Amino acid sequence: MDSNVSSSNPGPAPLVSTKIVIAGGFGAGKTTLVGSVSEIPPVTTEAVMTEASREHDDTSATPDKVTTTVAMDFGRLTLEQELVMYMFGTPGQARFWFMWDDIVRGAVGAVIVVDSRRLADCFDAIDYFEKNQTIPYIVALNRFDGELGYTVEEIREALEIAPDIPIVDFDARDRRSSGQVLRRLLEYTLSRPKTPQLV
Amino acid sequence: MSIRRRRGARIRPYTFTGGRTRSRHPLMVQTLVSTADTNAAVPENLLPESRNIFELCREARSVAEIAAELKIPMGVTQVLLSDLADQGLVYIHPTITGHSPSENQVLERALRGLERLFQ
Ligand SMILES: Nc1nc2c(ncn2[C@@H]2O[C@H](COP(=O)(O)OP(=O)(O)OP(=O)(O)O)[C@@H](O)[C@H]2O)c(=O)[nH]1
Ligand SMILES: [Mg+2]
Repeated sequence: MDSNVSSSNPGPAPLVSTKIVIAGGFGAGKTTLVGSVSEIPPVTTEAVMTEASREHDDTSATPDKVTTTVAMDFGRLTLEQELVMYMFGTPGQARFWFMWDDIVRGAVGAVIVVDSRRLADCFDAIDYFEKNQTIPYIVALNRFDGELGYTVEEIREALEIAPDIPIVDFDARDRRSSGQVLRRLLEYTLSRPKTPQLV
Repeated sequence: MSIRRRRGARIRPYTFTGGRTRSRHPLMVQTLVSTADTNAAVPENLLPESRNIFELCREARSVAEIAAELKIPMGVTQVLLSDLADQGLVYIHPTITGHSPSENQVLERALRGLERLFQ
């Protein structure tokens, strides 16, 4: 394939894009994951809220958390010269969930980020993807400084996750660790039978 | 615990725009767009927002990037891009959603790319 864009041919270069969704509960580490792997600083498409969020969501487990993602935030990875992957983080607060369908539509897969200290916060996200049925998802446990009193199997039971769905353990602040999560998701996506999806 | 809203009960953004973001040009947030002719001058008759989009798309960009850079709401950006595509001014690149076996080859390439980046 001739990828010499500066040639006299003015037609657009052949390009393909794809998307994965980073979902999970409020403050679970979604934006942190996107920021760790993205080649651009995470872009937030609408305003970031500050103190007001404290009245509505329990931030006691993340005491230094003063901002929350109201709209979507996203990052980008150029995987080949003509192949770009976007990572879209969903809004953490339940009352902004009306935006989920647009963010999720056409995704090749989703990572549900779970704050291992607050498992129940991700129940809604798991419900969403369980009900969706077309988007493959994996669960990524963000350990927040290694505090984890359960085995992965105990967590699988608590979240009621089917045995074939991967549950991985990672540190959202770490680039390599977060990148491994994305790899695991694509491996899982490729291993699954395809479900047709209207986009 | 229950699902908060029923899928069928939601209002889709297309409702607000009179269904103009139709599926002929599937413009999802991750869809890349570029000007059809990279050397073309900006057409005179465009709205200022559309002119800005046209200029920005001289290098391929996703719908989300265009919306964020120009601070235009996502739904509006989709409508303006759809109009530009209808006029043949911008080209909408294909998007891989992974739901057809024919896309596996591209997904494999994506995975190889991730493996190179995050060894
Ligand atoms: N100690 C520690 N802090 C973390 C870790 N991951 C994220 N954080 C911090 O936890 C807070 C929440 O992380 P975010 O990435 O903003 O979470 P989010 O899921 O995007 O939050 P919302 O979009 O508001 O739902 C931030 O202050 C992060 O710096 C981690 O692994 N360990
Ligand atoms: Mg966030």
